[in-house]
Amino acid sequence: MTTTEIPLLDVQDLTVEFSTRNGTVAAVRKVNISVAKGETVAIVGESGSGKSVTSYAVMRILDRAGRIASGSIVFSGIGLQSAPESSMRELRGREISMIFQNPRAALNPIRTVGHQIEDVLIRHAQATSQTAKAKAIQMLRLVRINDPEARYHAYPFELSGGMCQRIVIAIALACQPRLLIADEPTTGLDVTTQKAVMDLVMELTRQRAMSTILITHDLGMAAQYCDRVVVMEKGVVVETATAREIFRSPQHPYTRKLMQATPRPGIAIRDLLPEDTETAASAPVRPPAPEASAPILSVRDLVKEYPRSGGAFAWPWRRAELLDQTVVRAVGGISFNVGAGESVGLVGESGCGKSTTSAMVMRLIDPTSGSITFEGQDIAGIPARSFATHPLRPRLQLVFQDPTDSLNPRFTAARAIADPLYRLGGITRADEARERVEALARDVGLPLDLLDRFPHQLSGGQKARVGIARAIALSPRLLILDEPTAALDVSVQAVVLNLLVDLKSALGMSYLFVSHDLHVVRLLCDRVIVMKGGRIVEEGNAETIMTVPRDAYTRELIAAAPHPPI
Amino acid sequence: MLARNEKATASPTTSTAARKNETLRHVRHVIVSNPATLLAFSLLVVILLAAILGPALVPYDPLETNPSRPLQSPSWSHWFGTDQLGRDVFSRVIAAARLDLAISVAAVAISFVLGSMLGSLAGYFGGWVDTVVGRLCDTIMAFPLFVLAMGIVAALGNTIENIVYATAIINLPFYARMACAEVSVRRDAGFVQAARLTGNTDWRILAMHIFPNALPPMMVQVSLNLGWAILNAAGLSFIGLGVRPPTPEWGIMVAEGANYIISGEWWLALFPGLALMIAVFTFNLLGDGLRDIVDPQRRT
Repeated sequence: MTTTEIPLLDVQDLTVEFSTRNGTVAAVRKVNISVAKGETVAIVGESGSGKSVTSYAVMRILDRAGRIASGSIVFSGIGLQSAPESSMRELRGREISMIFQNPRAALNPIRTVGHQIEDVLIRHAQATSQTAKAKAIQMLRLVRINDPEARYHAYPFELSGGMCQRIVIAIALACQPRLLIADEPTTGLDVTTQKAVMDLVMELTRQRAMSTILITHDLGMAAQYCDRVVVMEKGVVVETATAREIFRSPQHPYTRKLMQATPRPGIAIRDLLPEDTETAASAPVRPPAPEASAPILSVRDLVKEYPRSGGAFAWPWRRAELLDQTVVRAVGGISFNVGAGESVGLVGESGCGKSTTSAMVMRLIDPTSGSITFEGQDIAGIPARSFATHPLRPRLQLVFQDPTDSLNPRFTAARAIADPLYRLGGITRADEARERVEALARDVGLPLDLLDRFPHQLSGGQKARVGIARAIALSPRLLILDEPTAALDVSVQAVVLNLLVDLKSALGMSYLFVSHDLHVVRLLCDRVIVMKGGRIVEEGNAETIMTVPRDAYTRELIAAAPHPPI
Repeated sequence: MLARNEKATASPTTSTAARKNETLRHVRHVIVSNPATLLAFSLLVVILLAAILGPALVPYDPLETNPSRPLQSPSWSHWFGTDQLGRDVFSRVIAAARLDLAISVAAVAISFVLGSMLGSLAGYFGGWVDTVVGRLCDTIMAFPLFVLAMGIVAALGNTIENIVYATAIINLPFYARMACAEVSVRRDAGFVQAARLTGNTDWRILAMHIFPNALPPMMVQVSLNLGWAILNAAGLSFIGLGVRPPTPEWGIMVAEGANYIISGEWWLALFPGLALMIAVFTFNLLGDGLRDIVDPQRRT
C-alpha cells in the first residue's frame, strides 16, 4: 500500500483514559494508526492491550468512564475526537460501521433480522419504507443467506452463530460505509464457520474498495487477511509493518513472543514458550503411551438422546403424542478407550457432541444407553445426582472451559481449591487444608499471595490455574480438559498447555482433551478422535491425522485453521 | 466507624483481623462513596437508636395522660404538642419506633427465610416443586394484598403476632419468585458443575454455592420490603385492625389524629405520619447500599 496519499482514517497520538475507583488509568497511550483507502489493517494484541478501546474511540462509543484525553482522530477530513454527537450519529453506520464480537448479543432478540437491516437503511435514508424490504433481502442474499425471503422473517434465536454473524455483516455493510471495523468477528465460531465468515467479509470489502480494521488476537488470521499489522501491548503500539514483513522479521520482542506462542504445524509444545523460560526439561515431554496396558477408561456404544420438546404439564391425551415425537441424538453410539497415562484428544465443532460425551464420562449427565468402564467398573448406571459422593468421584475430574464461569464468585481462590479437599479428601482441619492448598498452588504456579483473592480480582490465566489446582487436588487418574485454554490469550495458553504437560508427567494422569482446535490438540495428545454429528469419523495417531487425514471432514477442519506464514 | 476499625485491627489472629479490616473498609467505602447511601445509613442509625433507646430517652411516659393539658400545639416543653388526652406526641412517636420496626423486621425475616427457601427449591429442582411453589405464589398474588392481610388478621384475631404473620404471608411471593429466578439462572453455571465434581451434594450446592450468589438482589428486596412492611402494619392499625390504643404506634396515631385535622390540631397526625415517611424512605434508599456491601465483586 502506498503511504503518500491521504489516509482515510488517521489516528494521531491517541490517549484514552478511564476513571476508576483508584484514579484515572490510561487504557491507550499515544497510539498512531492510519488506514488508507481500500486497505485492510489488523490490530493484534492480547486482552488488555487496548485494541478494542482504540476502535471504540474511533466510533466514539466509549462507555461513560472513558474519555479521549488527547490526540486526534481524523476520518476523511473530519476530526472525530471533537465532533458533536449529532454528526457522529450520522457517521456511524453510514460511513463507519462495526461488526461486534458476539453476534447474538449485537442483534435485538425480539426483532426479525429483516427489520433490523431495514432499520439502519431507513435511519440513514438509504431506503424508504417501500423499498427497504427489497434492499434488506438483497443484503441477505449478498451475505449468502440461503432462502433470504424466508430468513427475512427469522428471529436471531432461530439462526446459528455463523448466520447471526452474517446478519451483523449485512447490517454493517447495508449503507455502503467507507470504513468497517471488525472487532474479533469470529470469536466463538467454529473454524470452518470462521473461515467462511472471514472470506465473506474480505470479499465484500474488497469489491467495494472499503477500508477495514480487523481487531483480533489471532496472528494467523491477521496475516492471512490483512495488508498491514499493528501489534499492540498494554495500550501502546509496539510494531507496525506489512503482514509479510512482520512474520518474516518481527522486530519487537512482544511480537516475537506472540508469534512463538501461536500453535502451528511442526513444532513441539515447549517451542511455544520464550527461549529463556525454565521448564522441567528432565521430564520426558511425551512419555510413550503404554499400549499394552488395560485402558483406564473404556466407552462402549455411548448414546445420549434429548426429547425434542418437554411439556411438563401437557394435556393427558397429548402425553403419548409428545413422547412419540422424535428425539435429538446428541451422541449416537460412540466407543473409544483411554489408556493409563495416555492423552487423547476429542476434536470437533460445536454441536458435534464432544461436550456431551465429556459430561457423560464425567458423570455430570446420565447417558441414554451404553457403558462407561472406568478402572474396571461400569459407572454409566450410577445416576449423576448421586455420583458426587461415589468413591470414584475423586479419581475422575474435569478442568472447565471458562475459568470465570467455573469459579464461585463468592469463594476466594484458596477456598475454591480447598473445596474438594474438605468434601472428598478427608481433610477437616483448616491449617491442614491451607498447607495442601499452598502446595497445589505451587504445583500450578499460582503465587501464594493471590490465594485470598476473589475470582474477579484474578486474571484469566490465574483463574485457569485455580481451576487446574482444584481439579488435581484429589490426584485424579483421569482428567478431562474441556477446552481449558479457549478463553485465554495465546501467550497464557502456551504457559497453561506446558503446565498441563508437566503436571501429567509429574502425577501420571490420563488426559481426555476436548477441543475444537486441532493444532492445540496435536501438541498435547498422542491420539486424536474426530467427532462430527455425534459420531466418530476418524481416530488415530495425532501426527498421522494432522499430516495425512483420511476423512474429508478432518481435512476440512485442518484446512480451515488460519495459517500464519511462519 | 473509625473506632470499630481500630478494634478490628487490634484483634489477635492476623489473618481474620485483616479480613475483617478489609470488610470494614469496604463497608465504609460503600457508605461514603454515595451520598444517598450515607444519608440512608445515618437515618437508619437514628431510627435504630430511637427503637432501642427511645423509651428510656423520651421526656414523658408515652402512656401518661394529663387531663390539664389536652391538644396543646408544639412548644418547648412538648416538641410535637400533646394529644386529646394530654399525652406527649413526641414521646409517643419515638416510643412507637420500636413496635413498628419490630413488626416489620419480624415479618420480613419470616417471609425472607420461608420465601427464599421455597423459591430456591423451586428454582433448583424445577419440575413439580416449581409448579407447586409457583401456583402458591400466584394464589397469594391473586388477592389484593392489603385486603388479604386484613382478612388474615380479621380471621386469626386482632393481635400483633397476627399482623406479623399477615405481613409475612403477603410478602412471601416476592421472595419466592426472586429466589427462584436467581437460583434457576445459576443452576447450570460452571461453578455449580464444578461443585458437583468436588463432591458437593445437591443440598450443599444449593445452600453453599448458589444461594449466597443470589443474595445481592435479595438484599435490595429485603430493604424495600421493610418499608412496605412498616406501611402495611401502620395501615392495618389505621383501619382498626392489629395494634390497639393506647399503645403508641404510628398508624394508629395517624388514624386518631386525622379526626382533629379539621379542627386545626394538625400536629397529632403530621408527626407520626412524618416518622412513617422517613422510615419508609430510609429503607427504600438503603437497598442499593446493602447490595453493594454483600456483593464481593464490588470490592476492588
